[in-house]
Amino acid sequence: MASPEASIPASVQKPMGAQGRAAAPGGARSGAGEGGLAGSLRDAALAAFLAGVLGFFFIGLRADIAPGGLDLRARWGAWIVSILVVFVGRLALNLFVFRTSKPVTKTIGARLTGLSDAVPGLGKWLTRALLVFALVLPFVVTTFFSSRDRQIIDLAILIMTYVMLGWGLNIVVGLAGLLDLGYVAFYAVGAYSFALLATHFEFIGFWTALPLAGLLAAMWGIILGFPVLRLRGDYLAIVTLAFGEIIRVVLLNWYEFTGGPNGISGIPKPTFFGLELSRGDDGMAAFFGFEYDPIQRFIYLYYIILLLALITNLVTIRLRKLPIGRAWEAMREDEIACRSLGINTRNTKLTAFAIGAMFGGFAGSFFATRQGFISPESFTFLESAIILAIVVLGGLGSQIGVVVAAVVMIGGMELLRNLDFLTYIFGPDFDPVRYRMLIFGLAMVFIMVWKPRGLVATREPSAVLKEKKRIGADMVAQGEGH
Amino acid sequence: MTTEPKLSAGAATPRWQADPILSVERLTMRFGGLVAVGDVSFDVGRGDITALIGPNGAGKTTVFNCVTGFYKPTEGRIVMRHGAGRQDETVRQLTDSGLRWKKEGDSGVFLLERMPDYEIASKARVARTFQNIRLFGGMTVLENLLVAQHNPLVVASGFTFGGILGLPSYRKSEREAIDKAVYWLERTQLVDRADDPAADLPYGAQRRLEIARAMCTDPHLLCLDEPAAGLNPRESADLNALLKFIRDEHKTSVLLIEHDMGVVMEISDHIIVLDYGVKISDGDAESVKTDPKVIAAYLGVEEEEDIDVPEVLEDVVETIGEVAVGSLQPDAKGENRGGDK
Ligand SMILES: Nc1ncnc2c1ncn2[C@@H]1O[C@H](COP(=O)(O)OP(=O)(O)OP(=O)(O)O)[C@@H](O)[C@H]1O
Ligand SMILES: [Mg+2]
Repeated sequence: MASPEASIPASVQKPMGAQGRAAAPGGARSGAGEGGLAGSLRDAALAAFLAGVLGFFFIGLRADIAPGGLDLRARWGAWIVSILVVFVGRLALNLFVFRTSKPVTKTIGARLTGLSDAVPGLGKWLTRALLVFALVLPFVVTTFFSSRDRQIIDLAILIMTYVMLGWGLNIVVGLAGLLDLGYVAFYAVGAYSFALLATHFEFIGFWTALPLAGLLAAMWGIILGFPVLRLRGDYLAIVTLAFGEIIRVVLLNWYEFTGGPNGISGIPKPTFFGLELSRGDDGMAAFFGFEYDPIQRFIYLYYIILLLALITNLVTIRLRKLPIGRAWEAMREDEIACRSLGINTRNTKLTAFAIGAMFGGFAGSFFATRQGFISPESFTFLESAIILAIVVLGGLGSQIGVVVAAVVMIGGMELLRNLDFLTYIFGPDFDPVRYRMLIFGLAMVFIMVWKPRGLVATREPSAVLKEKKRIGADMVAQGEGH
Repeated sequence: MTTEPKLSAGAATPRWQADPILSVERLTMRFGGLVAVGDVSFDVGRGDITALIGPNGAGKTTVFNCVTGFYKPTEGRIVMRHGAGRQDETVRQLTDSGLRWKKEGDSGVFLLERMPDYEIASKARVARTFQNIRLFGGMTVLENLLVAQHNPLVVASGFTFGGILGLPSYRKSEREAIDKAVYWLERTQLVDRADDPAADLPYGAQRRLEIARAMCTDPHLLCLDEPAAGLNPRESADLNALLKFIRDEHKTSVLLIEHDMGVVMEISDHIIVLDYGVKISDGDAESVKTDPKVIAAYLGVEEEEDIDVPEVLEDVVETIGEVAVGSLQPDAKGENRGGDK
């Protein structure tokens, strides 16, 4: 939301000298000299031939269970269509991307970067507009989309939760450069802390449990951080992944304490200064003397997560400009140099784990109170992967990038649920929900090919002497495990 | 410090023995079967520029890595002293006590072989640069210098809590930190590039930035690993001036590894020569230059006796500067051979 990103003219420099880091994105393109159209056609034909061979069994033939055995049916139509699709697609890619001196992907990329260059402060205005939009969203929805308001606000809450999780993980992965594949563990710790506290102690409500859950998650961040301190690269990623799973398996099997697979239900809803958001006489609506409407509860939840997310963002922005934040980024750049400057990298890593985990814990408490019911099923590796994908897609270390990525990913996935119009194209048998993940995966592949370092791929310096210049991603290191 | 004459010939004890800031004693570093440094002892005088030279693979960087805690020495003691004198009594007590350091007011004794690398930098105040430059490439030049002032700034930010609340005391310290950074940027002619990413600087500027960054930690001893490598003659001359400035105006002792004999002979108060992990010579520029063992090592002669014609020996002594510069100028050396951690 409110992030100072992109308030400066982007000057993306290329590295020079012996220190040239990560090779420029884009990869090698076979030169345009390799016979324009003829070569492209030949290549496309080869691809189509391969598709034909591979698709012969997978697409061309279909086995069904029939009385008395298998029934083999040929689907030559589908087979030929798939070959044609591959041929045309490959040809188009050859002509416009692979074998041309001006690939369209680059042109589009340059256009977009050019856009943010042309309008100075575009990023700043974008963040402000997004913030205002987020603030007024419930009112817009209730007035203009009143038939589906509950659904839309629910989606907004979901997206906002992921924005917050993304911002929390961004501290660990984006700033400190420690690839953490088990972030969902802290989300789970936060959720279970609140759920257990609230169900065992009458007097503990959402607002009292929130800081406790955050603290507990931070503590677990440190506990899990210790063993991985010495690990580098892929090993760090694998061990954090294992920790995420361990926490989930413990929650699943510690039946007496966590309720095992049955989870915990009856988690209280958040109150408004002690007032419940319910229909009763002691509810908030009655207290302030306005009409009760169930949607109020959703709006209230929305504002809580918005507040939590904004706090996460503001703290992160502050931290980046403090010595600790600078040490995180320096550690991502070069850990050995950090130690030669007297920075205790062990403690610095632990603080990154702890603070990232704390925000995960906050988000977990919110998740528990929103759902009213939690079980280990909500904290699978897929969640970690989605949060990480949001961070990577948004651009490591970029706050606004996380917002855009969360909206695209979570909102996009929900959108794909409602792709009824596709049935008009593919016939009534077509069930778009089944292709949701496929489309989603393809979209991610495209984005990463187009922008390998994420949507916002420039880094903003944390201190400025004269003129603020953004730093191109090709110079910024990614840290461990990428 | 520099007012007193530098080791007049024949004086009883050279300064580096009377008032050493660093003593390396019987240092041995083995990598498996390879003895990279074998039983090396030397002193680094307070307020001196001391050069550590030797052919490629002699073990110079390994000595640095032991001094700065990046390697744990197999054997030996490394003593760093704040405050004047050898403080022999304190050193002995400390060695027996099993403690890592002892500090009283301005003076202190640190046993570096017992300390982790970041404490050697923050407590014993030994700063270093690297043979293959290690800057924070994606951060600006200014940010690089602010990271170097991490420890005082963390305290000033109230261990982050005060900083998050935006306390004015932290803002003041940060301004001071920026002032200090600008001071060193001016000394290294980098002010104009302050807001550029470090990876964007030309090679020579990166070397200077690394020195500026090390100086921002307020070191008592500055260790430079081949600071002149890859510099052109003008940059080399500037570097000489910078190192003299650091020694004379900041009272910081300098220990440097260097292949460029022009630099070494001009600015060093004291030179130590290593070959195959063993110290073969130790003294001021004049005595090292004429040491037959050094000449033999640099010319690749097996035994120093091989040069027994006095005329030839004299010739070699005269040209050793050029020979060394010519054949050992480490332009094409690039990234070393993994010796530099
Ligand atoms: N980490 C290590 N593991 C194994 N061997 C090492 C290691 N570091 C250094 N060495 C070996 O120790 C010897 C001394 O290396 P060192 O880097 O100290 O030489 P140097 O004097 O700095 O040389 P140069 O002038 O080329 O920088 C070399 O043979 C090197 O291969
Ligand atoms: Mg070396």
